[in-house]
Amino acid sequence: MNSGLLYALTGVGLFTLGLNALIMHAHLLRKILAINVMGSGVFLVLVALGGRVPGASPDPVPHAMVITGIVVAVSATALALALMLRVRAATGKPRLPEERQE
Amino acid sequence: MNWDSSLLLLIMATSLLPGLVIFFLPEERVALRTTLNMAGAVVKLVLVGVVIWGVLHGYQYETRWPLLPGGLDLVLHADAESVLFVTLSAVLWLVTTIYAIAYLEGSPHRSRFFGFFSLCVTATVGVALAGNLITFLLFYELLTLSTYPLIVHRGTEEARQAGRIYLRYTIAGGALLLVGTVWLYDVAGCVEFDHRGVLAGLDDSDHAALTAIFVLLIAGLGVKAALVPLHGWLPRAMVAAAPVSALLHAVAVVKAGAFGIVRVVDDVYGVEFAASLGVTGPLAVLAATTIIYGSLRALFQDNLKRRLAYSTVSQVSYIVLGIAIVGPIATIGGLVHLVHQGIMKITLFFCAGNFAETLGVHNISGMHGIGRRMPWTMAAFTIGALGMIGVPPLAGFISKWYLGLGALDAGQDWVIIILAGSSLLNAGYFLPILYAAWFKAPPEIWPAERSWGRRETALALLVPPVVTALLTLAAGLLAAAPFSPLQWARFITAQEYTP
Amino acid sequence: MLAGLADTPWSVLVILWPLVGALACFLWPRHANPLGLLAALGSVACVATLAWQVVEQGAQRHAVGGWGAPLGIDLYADGLSLLMLVMTAMVGLGISIYSSGYFDRKTAAVFWPLWLFLWTALNALLLSADIFNLYVTLELLGLAAVALVALAGGANALTAAMRYLLVSLLGSLCYLLGVALLYHSFGSVDIAILAQRVEPLPSVWAATGLMSAGLLLKTALFPLHFWLPPAHASAPAPVSAMLSALVVMASFYILLRLWLEIFPLSGAALGQLLGLLGAAAVLWGGIQALRQTRLKLLIAYSTVAQLGYLFLAFPLGTSFAWKGALYLLLSHALAKAAMFMAAGNILRFGGHDRIADLDRVVQRLPLTLTAFSLAGISLMGLPPSGGFIGKWLLLDAALYSGQWWWALILITGGLLTAAYVFKVVGYAFTPAEVSHEARTVPARMEWTALLLALAAVLLGLFALWPLTLLDIGSPLAGGYAG
Repeated sequence: MNSGLLYALTGVGLFTLGLNALIMHAHLLRKILAINVMGSGVFLVLVALGGRVPGASPDPVPHAMVITGIVVAVSATALALALMLRVRAATGKPRLPEERQE
Repeated sequence: MNWDSSLLLLIMATSLLPGLVIFFLPEERVALRTTLNMAGAVVKLVLVGVVIWGVLHGYQYETRWPLLPGGLDLVLHADAESVLFVTLSAVLWLVTTIYAIAYLEGSPHRSRFFGFFSLCVTATVGVALAGNLITFLLFYELLTLSTYPLIVHRGTEEARQAGRIYLRYTIAGGALLLVGTVWLYDVAGCVEFDHRGVLAGLDDSDHAALTAIFVLLIAGLGVKAALVPLHGWLPRAMVAAAPVSALLHAVAVVKAGAFGIVRVVDDVYGVEFAASLGVTGPLAVLAATTIIYGSLRALFQDNLKRRLAYSTVSQVSYIVLGIAIVGPIATIGGLVHLVHQGIMKITLFFCAGNFAETLGVHNISGMHGIGRRMPWTMAAFTIGALGMIGVPPLAGFISKWYLGLGALDAGQDWVIIILAGSSLLNAGYFLPILYAAWFKAPPEIWPAERSWGRRETALALLVPPVVTALLTLAAGLLAAAPFSPLQWARFITAQEYTP
Repeated sequence: MLAGLADTPWSVLVILWPLVGALACFLWPRHANPLGLLAALGSVACVATLAWQVVEQGAQRHAVGGWGAPLGIDLYADGLSLLMLVMTAMVGLGISIYSSGYFDRKTAAVFWPLWLFLWTALNALLLSADIFNLYVTLELLGLAAVALVALAGGANALTAAMRYLLVSLLGSLCYLLGVALLYHSFGSVDIAILAQRVEPLPSVWAATGLMSAGLLLKTALFPLHFWLPPAHASAPAPVSAMLSALVVMASFYILLRLWLEIFPLSGAALGQLLGLLGAAAVLWGGIQALRQTRLKLLIAYSTVAQLGYLFLAFPLGTSFAWKGALYLLLSHALAKAAMFMAAGNILRFGGHDRIADLDRVVQRLPLTLTAFSLAGISLMGLPPSGGFIGKWLLLDAALYSGQWWWALILITGGLLTAAYVFKVVGYAFTPAEVSHEARTVPARMEWTALLLALAAVLLGLFALWPLTLLDIGSPLAGGYAG
């Protein structure tokens, strides 16, 4: 198979792994990392699918989208980390409380 | 501004605007509040008089407001039926306002009470003047919302419980009415009220749907009209103050339900079409059941207002029965009873309120000899009670006479038995009260007596029941006069049955 | 001058004005309140002018900076986006005035930039014409909302904010993956172009699933609603108002756009599934709301239930079903904002929001209770109110298409709503068991709640204009059967 498809499938695989980690791990830092891995997976898919014809120059639009996405992801991660620190300061643990039936 | 299209809005404004202002008045501004209340009631009566004159001379009063694209409008329209109901409402509102002001003197939250009181009347007038089913639905639901605070006004646990039960019944009823209306709009394409009934022209495939819609509509309206088994809220609502009970039972809520049934059978379905669908028969049976059941339950109540409540349950179904018996004379009987029952019942409730306020008497067993202590009030009560039983020449006799004649005319002889049986039961639960009040010895002291010097009670509490009692007499004695309720009912029916 | 007004790209100004306001509030925190109010008023004015422009000239498309798609950003204002912009402006103005009385100096300095930034993101979202820009603005909206939830501090708010953030990011990433697939299949992210090129390919199915899942997570449709009640209940009252009224509306708007323009081939099965989930939301949310002992949680669960109604339009699919759902959305925004504001007033007044101890609020905060009741009327769908119009349209659509079971859900939902609304109103009529010290509530807080609630009711009498507005250039243009 061509490399574009390989990268795209890797991206999907990263997405799935990240999703699994997001749900399974309780520690907030791991959840944030999981989101980042998922994000990287999506970006990989975007870039990989952008290489239309092997040999010709790739499509620039997905690249632009990925750059925008990275900027957004950085801001989001920064907010997430700051929030995580606040949560730890307020509750003593960097974890979300167990789901209570209200 | 076009006079014809704004007159009806003005009638609504005469109770809406004072009501809104009253909400913001501090408790102590008694004079201002009273002035607003009375002014609104009087102006409304005047405007209604103008409308009556106009309708008799062929003027068309209509206000339209587009509600939804596709032609669905909010319509206020003054036809003969709406004029009947709106006149009743306006007259009785004036009388009740005088009574309520005196009754609630010194009690807390009067601004709130009179604010919602005015909203309630606005809603009732809207129900009367509605020109199509969706406008009717709007004001019907507004009536629920504005009467709830009146029931829970006192804030006691009993009041709140009564309010909860009231809401359960009326909100559910409103939902049924809504579904029926939407479905009707779907099937028929319009929901306007028309004298000949708008639905007769539909083909056979829709008849099953139309029957189902009829059931839904009647169920939704039957909650307020207290048809068995949807009447459960009414006796509980007696916990409210007497003016509220008077208004609810004589004018606003139950009549709105009954009026709605009249509208649905006469102006939406058309009485002949409804008969051909086969729905009028079951409706008549339901009405008859309610008549008997209400009277039976009334026999066993010792609390005066509760007995009157069950009596209302029974009496309002006379209206439904009149409509359900397909025939002009029966329809006249039903329609005229709308007015007569209102006047008679409000008299009885005013008197019950007087007994409670002046002497602290709530139960019939405590009413021995009350006629000696409060002769005027008891006289009014007597007239009202005799009218309920159907003694000539009082108003109630006229209605029952026409219902009986109408039943015979339509070949529904079984109705005569119901009428006779119910009259006997009415006598059974009213005559003992009259006997005890006039002929038994009064107790040494009354439970909670308040004194007004030489008068038996406050003037403003005395005048309303006397006035309505006189109206009861007049409606019966002068039934042949040009502007009596009877003649008006005849006028309406003539339009309904003309091909 | 009118010609000059007509030529200005108001859609750009609608986005720029609150952004400039946010920056101004950030740079001059001591004057945050007046600057913020100025920004709010200006935004409303810009939206009003844009509305005039669209009504006069039809739907507006503007390429920002003169660079067209695919690398540039197009802004598209049709009837649908305009209606949502107008509603955002109304609710936004109300929230702004309310907040100027709610927050103390220190918090206000942080609140205003965040709130105006959220408003910017929302306006930009409503005007976006391509699916990638929708992703960016959706993310920005989410980040601002999370920060606002955390504003109150305290363990509850912070954990709710953290959960909300993770959920939000997850949803956006699913959405972005769908964007990638669509771009790969059809070579464009512009909605109008995609609408022309779309075909039933496997990649489109996958994209539909992913994007819907992400957006449903953000719209808190059952069973993906778990993050909403804690977040909406522990945030400060004006933030709860904007979350329930505006933020959830944004993701639903995107879903609606995609569904109407790009996914019409999705078929009946997915529509029925969404309808089923919506029905479950209506019932479950209503029952949970009844069980709550605290007012803000009750209102939050009410949001879950009301959002469920919106999804009943998917299986019905006719033009007036969509219009009904949208009308419910509009009324809900006004009514829910009013309700949260009323709750905020009660909280400020008595120091708590336990329903059972609503100490004769009816006497001391009559305006607030009226606001709550009027908002409740709209939520219950009683006439006259915007909620009634929406309910009528959906009922009509359900009965017309013969799918009467959705009508049953609508009615049951209305009954449940009546139950929990009157539960609160009924308690307010009781005599107090424990009397509290009362703190005064600023007049502007009571009046904004009341005016917004009144607007929700008036929306029921003036339905003609908004409903015909929806026909301008939008995919909803259509007739009313029945």
